[in-house]
Amino acid sequence: MINASLKQLSQALAAKQISSVELTQLFLERIARQNPTLNAFVTVDPEKSLKMARAADARLAAASGVKPAGPLTGIPIAQKDIFCAEGWRTTCGSKMLANFISPYDATVIRKLEAEAGLVSLGKTNMDEFAMGSSNETSFFGPVRNPWDNERVPGGSSGGSAAAVAARLAPAATGTDTGGSIRQPAALCNLTGLKPTYGVVSRYGMIAFASSLDQGGPMAASAEDCALLLNTMAGFDERDSTSLDRPVEDYARDLEKPLNGLRIGLPKEFFGEGCDAGVMAAVRAALAEYEKLGATTVEVSLPNSYLSVPAYYVIAPAEASSNLSRFDGVRYGFRAEDYGNLDDMYMKSRAQGFGAEVKRRILIGTYVLSHGYYDAYYLQAQRIRRLIADDFVEAFKQCDVIMGPTSPSTAFKLGEKAADPVQMYLSDIYTIAVNLAGLPGMSVPCGFAGGLPVGLQVIGNYFGEAQLLNVAHRYQLATDWHLRRPDGVE
Amino acid sequence: MSLTLEQVQRIAHLARIEISETEARTTQSHLNGIFQLIEQMQAVDTKGIEPMAHAQDIAQRLRADAVTEVDRRAAYQAVAPETEAGLYLVPKVIE
Repeated sequence: MINASLKQLSQALAAKQISSVELTQLFLERIARQNPTLNAFVTVDPEKSLKMARAADARLAAASGVKPAGPLTGIPIAQKDIFCAEGWRTTCGSKMLANFISPYDATVIRKLEAEAGLVSLGKTNMDEFAMGSSNETSFFGPVRNPWDNERVPGGSSGGSAAAVAARLAPAATGTDTGGSIRQPAALCNLTGLKPTYGVVSRYGMIAFASSLDQGGPMAASAEDCALLLNTMAGFDERDSTSLDRPVEDYARDLEKPLNGLRIGLPKEFFGEGCDAGVMAAVRAALAEYEKLGATTVEVSLPNSYLSVPAYYVIAPAEASSNLSRFDGVRYGFRAEDYGNLDDMYMKSRAQGFGAEVKRRILIGTYVLSHGYYDAYYLQAQRIRRLIADDFVEAFKQCDVIMGPTSPSTAFKLGEKAADPVQMYLSDIYTIAVNLAGLPGMSVPCGFAGGLPVGLQVIGNYFGEAQLLNVAHRYQLATDWHLRRPDGVE
Repeated sequence: MSLTLEQVQRIAHLARIEISETEARTTQSHLNGIFQLIEQMQAVDTKGIEPMAHAQDIAQRLRADAVTEVDRRAAYQAVAPETEAGLYLVPKVIE
């Protein structure tokens, strides 16, 4: 059961081969056993999870041909601790929110739990306020990669990735501002999807960089991701950037043959700077796609080398504004000793935020300050336009774009922690996708030195169903996504 | 470009983050490394390029000026560090 796909779990629940309570207990036991090593969850609340499971079992029992239960009712899921969930401690990986019990549900949580009947197993560890690529900036300590406990799981959705890779949960939610779903998915051998900006509601998803943040699913396969996205996506009045579009079935095209699919290969993604083992796995995946009927064409994203610099202006600028809400007044941490109001702000923020979050707030404050706004913030936004236009040009020649998700496999804990710039460069292939607002996936495509490699597949705006189709057909022909770390039977 | 220690301290003040001199020095070196990366942007000619503020080119949605939320004041205040009589408590601002 622990390795079953969501579809198999759904069938087992519908056929009463297992109850949601039994399934939930199974995963809660795995969490209890392995979380002390992996540190993938920061909060579990078995009582709460089992209550949801009992409600799901009641829904399943009441289901009939006329009124069937949802396809995911009763299936357990891990929630990234960036999503506010009513009654759950919601920390965003920060001391600032270490004792914050959310008084409300994020739209994603409401859709998954109340509407679809999934069972939340707990809240997963993450880089503080989603700022990081290794999960090492979490106030709750680093997460260990189930493939090698001395290595990072990636970030910022590192807890979600480790939880699913170790099968402590069948699937998880993640969020992606510069690669935070795709990079940990690549480093932990998962399938992860960052949808087009505006497809998944950001209401109740703690804001990092609002013009880039997007939630999405992390699971074992494209088919699982499609089922989850069907539940997570949709217009939400409570998010002013949510797009009011017709409801889609993201699984509708899964089985479509890939004959005639045109795959664009940006020459900038196949040059220097990527580990040879990663490149070999990506090339082998492309050969497999050719066998499946696809053709490849070289494209160019000439401004992609500017994506990291532009991102490290835009994202910190938005973060410095978003995180100004943490002032020790309405919620979150307040320093013990302080003098006047200003001193209370300064001490609460100094003690409540970790080093990386402070760094980004300071960068953001600087680039938005008088005299620097044009040179940094506006210039970055102009470059953002150039980067987005590059994709528009490239998509005239191809249907999807492929390349590596990350330039390396999982690196060692501590290896890049002392050098922010080195850490930032590990998102070199993913960031441009967020700047453009496009959908992107990471799909397991092999191993290098025993560690998983992810293939990044980038789609045109609202191309989620096609991306999932492209990933699914590959997963029918290969078994990389079914490989599990040692000890996961 | 390179930030001075005073500039780092000034930005920290603007961001309302208390910073010791030792911390400011470490931060200074990290920020200067990051700005070295960011400076790559300055070589690019972007004359006439419209800044892209958002991923989708759509106008902000408007809604009717009507009450849509229920009153959950007590629940929202329950998570505050300090409240009294329905008010948030902070140090005295006006003498």
